[in-house]
Amino acid sequence: MTDDGPDADGAEGTDDGPDADGAEGTDDGPDADGSDTDPTPTNDGQVFDRLPETAADRVVPGRPTRAEVVDWFDDRFGIGPSVFEGYSFWEKGAGKLWAFAGDLPVDQVDVEGVGLTVLRTRQEHWKPTTSAALRFGEHATRNTIALTPEEATTFARGEDQPIERWDGDWGYLIAVQELAGGPVPLGVGLYLYGELRSVVPKGSREDLEPLASR
Amino acid sequence: MTDPLARYESLVDDPDAFYAACERPLPSVVRVNTIRTTAERARRALDEAGVAYEPVDWHPGLLRLPDGSPGRTWPYYHGWLHGQEEVSALPALALDPQPGERVFDAAAAPGSKATQLAALMDDRGTLVANDSSLGRLSALRHNAERLGVTNVVVTNQDARNFSFLPLGGEEPFGRFDRSLVDAPCSCEGTVRKNPDVRDEWNEEHVRSVVGIQKGILRRAIQGTRPGGQVVYATCTFAPEENEAVLDYALSEEDCRLVESTLPVETRPGVTEWQGETYDDSVRLAHRVYPHLNDTGGFFCATLAVGGERDGEGDETEGASEGDEAPDDATAKGEVAS
Repeated sequence: MTDDGPDADGAEGTDDGPDADGAEGTDDGPDADGSDTDPTPTNDGQVFDRLPETAADRVVPGRPTRAEVVDWFDDRFGIGPSVFEGYSFWEKGAGKLWAFAGDLPVDQVDVEGVGLTVLRTRQEHWKPTTSAALRFGEHATRNTIALTPEEATTFARGEDQPIERWDGDWGYLIAVQELAGGPVPLGVGLYLYGELRSVVPKGSREDLEPLASR
Repeated sequence: MTDPLARYESLVDDPDAFYAACERPLPSVVRVNTIRTTAERARRALDEAGVAYEPVDWHPGLLRLPDGSPGRTWPYYHGWLHGQEEVSALPALALDPQPGERVFDAAAAPGSKATQLAALMDDRGTLVANDSSLGRLSALRHNAERLGVTNVVVTNQDARNFSFLPLGGEEPFGRFDRSLVDAPCSCEGTVRKNPDVRDEWNEEHVRSVVGIQKGILRRAIQGTRPGGQVVYATCTFAPEENEAVLDYALSEEDCRLVESTLPVETRPGVTEWQGETYDDSVRLAHRVYPHLNDTGGFFCATLAVGGERDGEGDETEGASEGDEAPDDATAKGEVAS
């Protein structure tokens, strides 16, 4: 069981701007200004770099691999590799990963966005984004927590709440509520010490009436 | 001060109905985000959330919300809905992008049409959403994230000199199959949403924006492969910004107007305006006046790039042989600059 560590604050709220990345590089990997004499490639936080397929293909130290990312979603949420078939993953900034369904003929691009932000890596506890939970959460088979309409309302407001009934893993969960005939993802929650902390970014929070119980 | 609406009276078949429609506020409309759900399930979700809606009769994925803003509803929170005016959904439908294609949105922010293009592509293929304003791109990124778009590359360039270099170069990236030019314009078509445009309009602005429109359209045509299509759209009634821009593109680039069917009542493009005459084929463009369908105003035209449109000639796709097109040198020259 994890003790603590994942950052529970709404740091994700700053992720929306195209140029917000630099400010978040709290856990830089190797020095981006590596001198010319250093033959080891380093992570350039200003451009998008395609993740290597596997560790054997890795050139930039500390860069996660596509295989590690796909495995992580499978291990943590049961979101199987087939969901990400055809997707490439890209790093911009330190450990901020994007999932891209399209095709680019190169491994590095200097643009404002490549697909959808999905995961924060290069830290002890990898943190899925709200966007990833909303987009891919329907495929999750574990570490999802079903909320009542009242709990969903509290969650969407970005508030923390005690939820004693959860007896699964601590750490990042995908919160869902029942809507229109099935569970629908609400975002990412961090479960610690009997409490579900909402990490919905500020710009996405809403104060809504609970859905009527049916 | 010129009332821009009076300027177009001679173009309209029923001026009284036109003026009356322009005075009425527009209802709030949402588009169902089919990347995340279906129109049927979105309607069910609105029912469960107790939100009133009326389907727009010409499109199952558009819903009018008589009680106002879509933002404060559960289906919106879940990324199932996006606020988008009815006529604003037309250009993406006209462009009709297919899953797997390379698609360009030259002036994409804040992203209503770009996210609609992504949905029409089933979020597959590659959508390049460009805008010259970094600030407006921030809104586009927010919308794309909220709606779960994964096939978009966001670029921040002046579309008049759009370069493929950030995408790896025109080779090997390849030119676009389809491009949308939803051009910046003088916007009188949005008068029902923003009555101030009536006071802010001036002829000088029209003259200054025309050059930008021509430049963006021309570069979009150059960046689209022979056999591909370009849709040009504005929310202005000004022929200077519509038919005249098309007329310019026809004279400068290898392209032609083609018929397109829109699911609403429209009027043909005009071939004469204030002493100017335009190529006869601009009649194939669509003018949408507010009184025709009780919507905002709009202009939309489809151009085929190169001599033949896909499906009109032989069976081969134009992608490879098209690279020899005469304007190639021009395109590459701009890329290098």
